[in-house]
Order: sequence, then C-alpha cells, then structure tokens
Amino acid sequence: MKKTRLTILLWIAPLTFLALFYFYPLGSILGLSFSRGENGLMGPLLEAVSSASVRRVLGFTIWQAALSTVLTLVVGLPGAYLFARYDFRGKSTLRALTGLPFVMPTLVVAAGFNALLGPTGWVNSALMTLFDLPTPPISFINTFGAIIAAHVFYNTTIVLRMVGDFWSHIDPRLGQAADSLGANAWARTRHITLPLLAPVISAAALLIFIFDFTSFGVVLVLGGPRFATLEVEIFYQTISLFNLPLAAVLSLLQLACTLALTMIYTRLAANLSRPLKMRSSKGTQKKISTWRGRLISGMIIGYLLVFLTTPLLALAARSVVSLETDRTREGELVPGPTLAFYRELSINRRESLFYSPPTTAIAISLGYASATVVLALAFGLPAAWALARDRESRFNKLLDPILMLPLGTSAVTLGLGFIVALNRPPLDLRASPLLIPIAHTLVAFPFVVRSLVPALQSIQPRLRGAAAILGASPRQVTRHIDLPIVGRALLVAATFAFTISIGEFGASSLISRPEYPTVPVMIYRFLSRPGALNYGQALALSTILMAVAVGGMLAIERLRVADVGEF
Amino acid sequence: MKKKYLFWISVFSLLVSACAKEPAPPQTPDSTAEPRTLTIMTHDSFAVSEEIILAFQEEHHIKLSFLEIGDTGTAVNKAALAKDAPLADLFYGVDNTFLSRALDEGIFEAYHSPLLAEIPEKFQLDPDHYALPVDYGDVCLNYDRAYFADHNLSPPENLGDLLLPEYRGLLVVENPATSSPGLSFLFATIGHFGESGYLEFWQGLVDNDLAVVNDWETAYYTEFTRWGGTRPIVVSYSSSPPFELIYAEEPMEAPPTAAVIGDGACFRQIEFVGILAGTKNRDLAETFIDFMLSPTFQEDIPLQMYVFPVNSNAQLEPTFTQFLAVPENPVILDPGDIASRRESWIHAWTELVLR
Repeated sequence: MKKTRLTILLWIAPLTFLALFYFYPLGSILGLSFSRGENGLMGPLLEAVSSASVRRVLGFTIWQAALSTVLTLVVGLPGAYLFARYDFRGKSTLRALTGLPFVMPTLVVAAGFNALLGPTGWVNSALMTLFDLPTPPISFINTFGAIIAAHVFYNTTIVLRMVGDFWSHIDPRLGQAADSLGANAWARTRHITLPLLAPVISAAALLIFIFDFTSFGVVLVLGGPRFATLEVEIFYQTISLFNLPLAAVLSLLQLACTLALTMIYTRLAANLSRPLKMRSSKGTQKKISTWRGRLISGMIIGYLLVFLTTPLLALAARSVVSLETDRTREGELVPGPTLAFYRELSINRRESLFYSPPTTAIAISLGYASATVVLALAFGLPAAWALARDRESRFNKLLDPILMLPLGTSAVTLGLGFIVALNRPPLDLRASPLLIPIAHTLVAFPFVVRSLVPALQSIQPRLRGAAAILGASPRQVTRHIDLPIVGRALLVAATFAFTISIGEFGASSLISRPEYPTVPVMIYRFLSRPGALNYGQALALSTILMAVAVGGMLAIERLRVADVGEF
Repeated sequence: MKKKYLFWISVFSLLVSACAKEPAPPQTPDSTAEPRTLTIMTHDSFAVSEEIILAFQEEHHIKLSFLEIGDTGTAVNKAALAKDAPLADLFYGVDNTFLSRALDEGIFEAYHSPLLAEIPEKFQLDPDHYALPVDYGDVCLNYDRAYFADHNLSPPENLGDLLLPEYRGLLVVENPATSSPGLSFLFATIGHFGESGYLEFWQGLVDNDLAVVNDWETAYYTEFTRWGGTRPIVVSYSSSPPFELIYAEEPMEAPPTAAVIGDGACFRQIEFVGILAGTKNRDLAETFIDFMLSPTFQEDIPLQMYVFPVNSNAQLEPTFTQFLAVPENPVILDPGDIASRRESWIHAWTELVLR
C-alpha cells in the first residue's frame, strides 16, 4: 500500500506537466478542429478511412520507419559494442562527434549530403573524373535511399548512447564463462549478450521507430515530392488547405499508431528485463591491446566517422572556402580559403532591427538547452523512478505508454494547440520565451525516461534491502546505491535533452520574438535568401552550431555524476 | 575533481539564469509617462531598418513589439485560431494566396487609410479595406547567365519556350503543395494558359524532363547550376538577381542570374496588413499602418525584405532599379478563386506531375 502511495506521489509532477502542456493544448486543438467540420468527427474519419491516398501514406510511413529502424540498429550495435567494451583515447570526443547529426537542422544536413553526394558533390565529381563518365553516376537527393540514409545518420547516436551505456555495465565474465564452457562467438551473442541487452535494444528501437514514423524535414527535403509521411500530410492539410478536421483525424491516426506500438513494447519489455548485477564501466572495459582488438575497433571507429561525420565535415569545409563561381569573368577562378562568411556574421549590413550577432544566438540557444535539460530531468526522473520501482502496478502499466505520446504527436497540430489553449492568464504563454524549452522538454521527456528506466530497473532490490537492513536511510540508499548506478544513464538523458533542444527549429510551430533568434532559426533565415554571402553565412553558422553542440556534449560528460562513488 | 564539478554546476546555473532573464514582453501600464505598446505579428521573413523604427517610436511615443509566427500560411492559421484572444494588434504579411482565408475567417477590422490614395488600384484587392496592400514581389523563372553563355544557348523568353527540345532537362520547380513560390508558379501557368490549358503545358514540361523538389532552398541551392546543381533554370523571385549582386562575395558588375519576365510568365504576390479584430489599441494601429504605407517605410522595404513598395511615391535604390526586371504583365488571380480552387488545382497538378 505504501509502495503504491510513493508511486503515485512520484507521478504528480510529471503528470501535471503533461496535463498542462500536452493534453490540454492537444485536446483543445482537436476539439476545435472537429467543431469546424460539418459532420464532427465522423465526416473526416470516414474521409480518411476511405481514402486510398491516406492508406498509401500510412503504409509508406510504417515501411520506411521499420526499415530505417532495422538499419539504424545494424549500423549502431557494433559501435555500441565498441563504446561498451573498450577504453581508448578520444572516446568522449568520438561519442560527441557521433551525436552531432542529432543536433543538425534538416536543411543543413541536406546541404551536407549534397556537398558529398549531390550531382556535383565530391563523390560524383571524383567518380566522373576517375572513370571518365559524362553524367553523375550516383543520384541521391530526392530518392528513397536518401530518406533511409538520413534517418540512420540521425538516429545511430541513440543506439550508441543507450545501448552502449547499458552494455558497459554488463559483467563480461558472463560471456567469458560461456566461452570456457565451449560456446563460440555466435552462441555467446545469441544466448548471453542479446538476451541481456534486449530491454535496452527494444527501448532504443521504439524511440527510433517513433522518430522516423513522425519524420517531417528529412522526408520533405531529402525525400522530395514523391514521398509523404503522415506528418507531411498533416502539414499539407493544415497549412496549405486549412482542412483542420482531416488534419486532426490524421494526427489521431498517428497518435493511435504510437500508442499501439508503445503498448506492444511495454508488454514485451515486461518479459525482457531482469535484474542484473550491474558493474561499473571501469571494470568491464579494457584498453585496446591485441591486434585483433585494434583491427576491430579501428574498423568500427572508421565507419562511424565516415558515415556520421563526413557530410558535416564537407559542410564545415565549404564554410571556409570561397563559394564564388563567377564564370562571367575571364579565366578560371580557383576557390581559395576565406573567413569572409564568419566576419560577415558580425556585420549588420542592412542595419536591420532584428539583427543579432552570432554570440547572442548562441547564448539564447544554450539558455533554452540548459532549461530543457533541467526541466526534462526534473520531470523525467520521478516518472522513470516510478515506472522502474513497481512494474506490476496497474497505474504504471496505464501510464507508461502515455509517456511516449508527445514524441508521436504532430508538431504542427501541437503548435496550433498552444495557440488555442494557452491563451488566458495565468497561462497566456503563447508569446512567452518559456514555451520554447517547454516544447523541447515534451520531445526530450520520452528520451529521458527511456534512458533511465532500464538502468533503474536493473538495480537489484536485494541491494536496496541489504542497505536498509544495515541501517541506511532512504536518502542514503538513493545516494549510495541508486545514484551511482543511474549516474551514467542520467548523463545520457541530459545529453539527449541538450541535443534535442539545441538543434530544434521551432519557429514553424511556435511564436518567437525576432530579436532573440536561436542558432537554427538564424541558419534558416540566411538559407532562405539568395546570394553567396547569405548561403555562406548559413554554412558558417552551421559550423558554429556543430562546435557549440560538441562543446556542450563534452561539458555534460565532464559533469561525471557517474563517478560519485564507484561501485 | 570536486572543483571541476562545482565549476560546471555554476556554468549551468549561469546559463539557466541567463535564460530566465530572457526579456518577457514588457507590459507597459497605460499612463501618459510610459509609451503604450503596439504588438505586430508577422511572418518569418519580416525585416526593417532599426533607424526608422526608433524614429517612429520616438515621434509617436509608442513602443513597438514584434512577434514572428512562422511562414505566411502558418501565420494566417494562427491568427484565425487566436481570433477570440488576438495575439497582437496588427497582422502584417498575409499575401494574396492566403487573403481569402484571412478575410473569410474575419480576423481583421476595416481601416480606410488616407495613404491608400497613393497606392494604385491594382494592388487593392480587398475593396472593403480590411486588408491593406504594403508590398509586392513577382515569382518568376530565373536562369544562370553563365550556363547559357557557355552553351551558346539563348535563354527562354516566356513559359511556352520551356517545351522546346533545347531546354530539355534544364528546369527545376518547387512543389506547389509545400512551397510558396512553387504554388505561385502553378498560378502563373494557370493564368497564362487558362484552366483548360495549363495541365497540357505541365504534361509538356514532364515530357521535357522536369525536376520537382519540395522547397525553394533545395531548388536554388542544390539543383540550380549557379550553386552546384545541374539545372540552369529555377523558379525564384524577380528580385533574386539583384540580390545575387548585392550579396556577392566579391563585387560584381552584373548579376550572375536573370529573371524571365515575359507577359504572363510571373505571378504577383501582394502582401497585406490589417488591424486584428478586437484590438484595444486601434488608434495606435492606425498610426502604424499609415507609417507602413508612407514613403519612409515603403522605401525601406526592398533592401530589408526583397520585395517592392506599393506606394507610387516611394523611390527605389539605384542598385535595385538598374538590375531589377519588373514584369509589365504578371499574372494576378482573384483571391476568391485561389481560395476555392486551390485544393483541386494542386490535386490535379500532383496527379499529373508526381504520379
């Protein structure tokens, strides 16, 4: 009985937050949307169900998300193994670099892929010169492959971080025992490693799937006009046609899919996770010393770097090279190195009212990101704790799937929800700067919870019990048992919240004050204007965003909550 | 170790407090000493010179506060949904492709500004003056001059030319369902070839190896030859060539691109401002609209927002007029037709071009 009471207490803050900033706005906009239709809910529902194009869109949405998820796991798991089992120099830098894609706005990533794989990108140019081809052999932009590649590019870091962290706490001696009993590598993976990793792999897969399922920018920009996900269709119905009833039905459809999926996951996860003897990652990781180890880790590091950083490096390289290809002038113009675009960032050439120097934008982005980290942890930790401590509770079983909903919600719909719901004091937050970290927190929340729950669940109840019997107060139990075990997971959660916030381009769904732009908003402003200086400044600012993001991720790693008392 | 920990904690809290200090919109009390605040909501390409705004605030003892609310379509939707509790006193930025939606939703109060006398009739699409024209821009084909010079090819002069075999595989357009210039170009073809002929024209474009992308950024900075793509003709704005010149890395003598401005080759986008129904600052809103329509603001528009003033008395910068090709006969469609036919036009286009 007491157990349930604590569970309920833990839920109060997170649920209040979700009720105010998620369910209330969402309910308001859905209600209003249906009231605008002539036949309420039924009309647009029938329209959607009977429409062949909606079915086609739904089918495509599921198919591309499933394929992207599987491929992301295939690409990410060897990397997770590397991070879990090896200790090497530059590891945190590598981890931060592999997290970069997650931070970058879609148009920037598209520009990076284009510099690499576009019609006159590096790869095509090289192949054309090498084999003397008349046309570019690889066509990448606006293909199905581009969508999948971009999704893998974006989400591999989820596998690296979530699975890598959990894996690093698993005792390698379990595998060694299997080895000594005559198991080969395959048998060991199949019977020991994978079953132990199953809960965290499925949690990561769920997040990745929902992310890809609601994909918008990637499909729009890299996929092009022949592909549409539900989210793209909701955007079209809302913005272009203002057909709110149909958009609301599609939003509900998207939510229903998210909910169904999460419920399946919850059921599976209940059977998957088992209390493990978690070990400090210090005890499970070794230096790379053998030739075999060097070869394997070298290969993994190599492909992670090539796949996850080259498009962004191509972009950064372009930001310091003159773009001018003024062929109206005589003679070949050799592009030389330049810092002109960086200098231009600090010049208010138009003497515009809304000009802000890059430092202001960076400060604003960092401010929002820090607020998001604080909010997401403040609400995510109690929720994760409640979920982890009592898996059998009916209350938890009901609430668990609901936590994932914000991630599966259409940003366009929820953005309009803020307008119609949060419009009266004391909750007139429509134009408040607070709304931005709140919106970011809604997206970060599921990540925080999913990163924390597997670690919290793995704490053996016996350990807590033993501490209590030995006279430890509940606070001491938390301090000496729980915190060391979840410390690392807390860092993972904080990093997710930070990266989600700093790369998010919220201007399309929220209201902002033009004098206080975030870095992504400024990048989009430059990108939407013609001219070399505008394009160059967008590239320069993107490079600055990368540097800020890597710096932020490394700073979070340095917080080292994990090491308060190694165990 | 501990010191480091403390250091990061303090950095963290600094950042948080920096964020918390983010200026909340100042709520000025309605007294004679403090200036009253007028809030203007607008789309995300709004820009204006600091100087003229400061002067205006000084002169009229008004504090201006701006809110940016996404692209034009998003902004109109939000204004419509916030009708009962308006987000601002004024809304600037609804264009003729969304004008009917704004008027049908009843978000504006009528205002017959005396400055309307200086604005040609052709811009005043709302005869009841709920929405007042501020600026216009033309969506036109742009071409890469160097490409045509290098290939000894003469550039197209009008839409019909695009069907010629020598222009095969040279054109990239934006999807009208997702892009504002893409939609405007579809409207241009409807105005040019008529409702009975535009689909046939598009079929011809498809047969001539047309490329379609979803957004202007991809079309211009990925597909267009000027920026590393393979297609030398792109749907953009008539103002893009002078901007290529103004925002060039090194000074240039002439723009590297040019616009195709033959009769009926461009679609004219006109942007409007209106007083949001239910405002408590109607007097200030009127003052500001008069300011927006006056030559001071009108002359500031081109270099800030890449569009042109509607006031006949406004003078344009020499750089602008020298290289700016303004179409004499752009396509203008009735906003009511746009509202009622938008969906079916886009649908027919999608079925033909994308399936």
